[in-house]
Amino acid sequence: MSTGTAAAEAGPVGTAPAPHDGRAGSVVCAVENLLKVYPPARARRGAPAVPEVRASDGISLTVRRGEIFGLLGPNGAGKTTLVRQLTGLMRPDAGRVDVLGHDLVRHPERASRLLAYLGQESTALDELTVSLAVETTGRLRGLAARDARSERDDVLEELGLTAIAGKPLKKLSGGQRRLACFATVLVGERPVLVLDEPTTGMDPVARRAVWSAVDRRRAERGATVLLVTHNVIEAETVLDRVAVLERGRVIACDTPAGLKARVADEVRVELVWRERAPLDVPEVAALRGLGADRVQESGRRWTLRLAPDEARAAVAAVTGGAAFAALDDFTLATPSLEDVYLALGGGRTEGLVKA
Amino acid sequence: MSAVSEIEAGTGIGTDATEAATTPSAASPAPCEAAELAPRARFLPSLAAVYRAQLSRARVARIPLLFVATFQSVGIMILMRGVVDGGNEARAVVAGSSVLVVAFVALNLLAQYFGQLRASGGLDHYATLPVPPASVVLGAAAAYASFTVPGTLVTAGVGCALFGLPMGNLWVLAAVIPLAGAALAGLGAALGLLAPRPELATLLGQLGMSAALLLGVLPSERMPAVISYARDLLPSTYGVEAFARTFDAHPDWAAVVRDLGVCAGVGIVSLGVATWAYRRAAVR
Repeated sequence: MSTGTAAAEAGPVGTAPAPHDGRAGSVVCAVENLLKVYPPARARRGAPAVPEVRASDGISLTVRRGEIFGLLGPNGAGKTTLVRQLTGLMRPDAGRVDVLGHDLVRHPERASRLLAYLGQESTALDELTVSLAVETTGRLRGLAARDARSERDDVLEELGLTAIAGKPLKKLSGGQRRLACFATVLVGERPVLVLDEPTTGMDPVARRAVWSAVDRRRAERGATVLLVTHNVIEAETVLDRVAVLERGRVIACDTPAGLKARVADEVRVELVWRERAPLDVPEVAALRGLGADRVQESGRRWTLRLAPDEARAAVAAVTGGAAFAALDDFTLATPSLEDVYLALGGGRTEGLVKA
Repeated sequence: MSAVSEIEAGTGIGTDATEAATTPSAASPAPCEAAELAPRARFLPSLAAVYRAQLSRARVARIPLLFVATFQSVGIMILMRGVVDGGNEARAVVAGSSVLVVAFVALNLLAQYFGQLRASGGLDHYATLPVPPASVVLGAAAAYASFTVPGTLVTAGVGCALFGLPMGNLWVLAAVIPLAGAALAGLGAALGLLAPRPELATLLGQLGMSAALLLGVLPSERMPAVISYARDLLPSTYGVEAFARTFDAHPDWAAVVRDLGVCAGVGIVSLGVATWAYRRAAVR
């Protein structure tokens, strides 16, 4: 529990969120020692017993006004459980959730009046047209009929959805449907947006529309965004700060640059062999001997995290002689958040996406 | 409830000024100033918005099912024409088949809809909007009850023609459909929201409809005593009886009103239960 707190409050390194008005920097969302445990399930026919899962295991975070704050981690790390507690959809077993000065553990019903939430499911809207989905959501967010209609038109225009406004969400592609759901979050302004993997399945044009809409709200109204993602590239480019989650705990919380500085002395070397690694070459065998925390093998692909001089030696070794004949491709790269995640002791990278 | 919200909003405004005066420390994890809450969506406008959205779903997804509901009822009446020979039994068949359309859509389809919405996490959408739970449940229930109007009218009309019943009092459907609709839709919504799994919600909806079919359409005089008690427990029965009474030359209007009153009562209770179940399902 204390590690999570210490990591989360390690403080900002690098850029602080851009001040947009006098209140920039004030805390919008404070989470303290949040605990949520799913009880163990007994084995049933066809389903093995599931042990107790600590989905939130003493999570503490603070999100400041105007920030785009990310929760990064592989599937099952506890990101969605955390945002469900922040949005009043789930009661924590213990701990405190404070959004804009309101205690959401005691008053979960206030969440809907403080923030807008984009969940992963769109079943409530699937059979509506894009236009009606956005308008209805605006009405249910408390807008008068005329305001809901005019905001609907603005948001659809802003996101480039006007051409498909008359189509039911069901008939749209995954990315378009996601964008339409994102539109429902923007109608009826809220100071805090909680977005659970908003860009899943989107093409680059749609992604750009999402991030520029977010930026506009941040610049003009000081909106704060809490973003759940398992996409490391997206995390690096859009987030001001990121909390890395692993098994219900915050294992690090910093700016993407600050996190990457922790592994700045490392270089990532990726080797792809033609058929299999030539383990008869001593240098290649030595690389494999570096240990599982620095070398990851998945089929023909090896990913190594090395010090710069080690990397130079490794590249020299594999680009000459017998090893080169077996080599299909290699890349050298500066560390990404994925490497940070690995260096922090995160066990699984299968859940992380690089796209 | 609204009084509480006024107080909350009031404190928000009050403390806003102090917030501006004190410079908030960026490192402070506990902000003491409470922001003003956005207004709640009001009951009637949000009910209207949910109703409209649900009604529009009919165009996409429900029209084939409405045809099925209507053909099913008309088919049953054609079958029963060989069994019953006019009089009370014919009235029961026509009234039962008409109300069956309501049971099919309001009870069965609504139970399925809420069961699936709950299981798939679709309720989160509504639960994170400041909308009164009753608006969501009543809006959906009202929309499903409305889907039944054309099918019920067609069934009643065809039935009167088939069995040579008077059409003069068909206007009573204007009361039967909404009241039987409220009772059955409330029951359907409650079943859908309370069922632990969506398959169970579907099953319960189907069973409810089968009960309405067997106990509503078959003439009650031929039933064993136990089954006729079960018949008395089913809210659709009272809709059927109210409607059947109006085929008399001189209908007992007091009894019609009494039967419809039972429907209304069951409707209020079951919609109340459904609203409670919705709240329970929305926050887990």
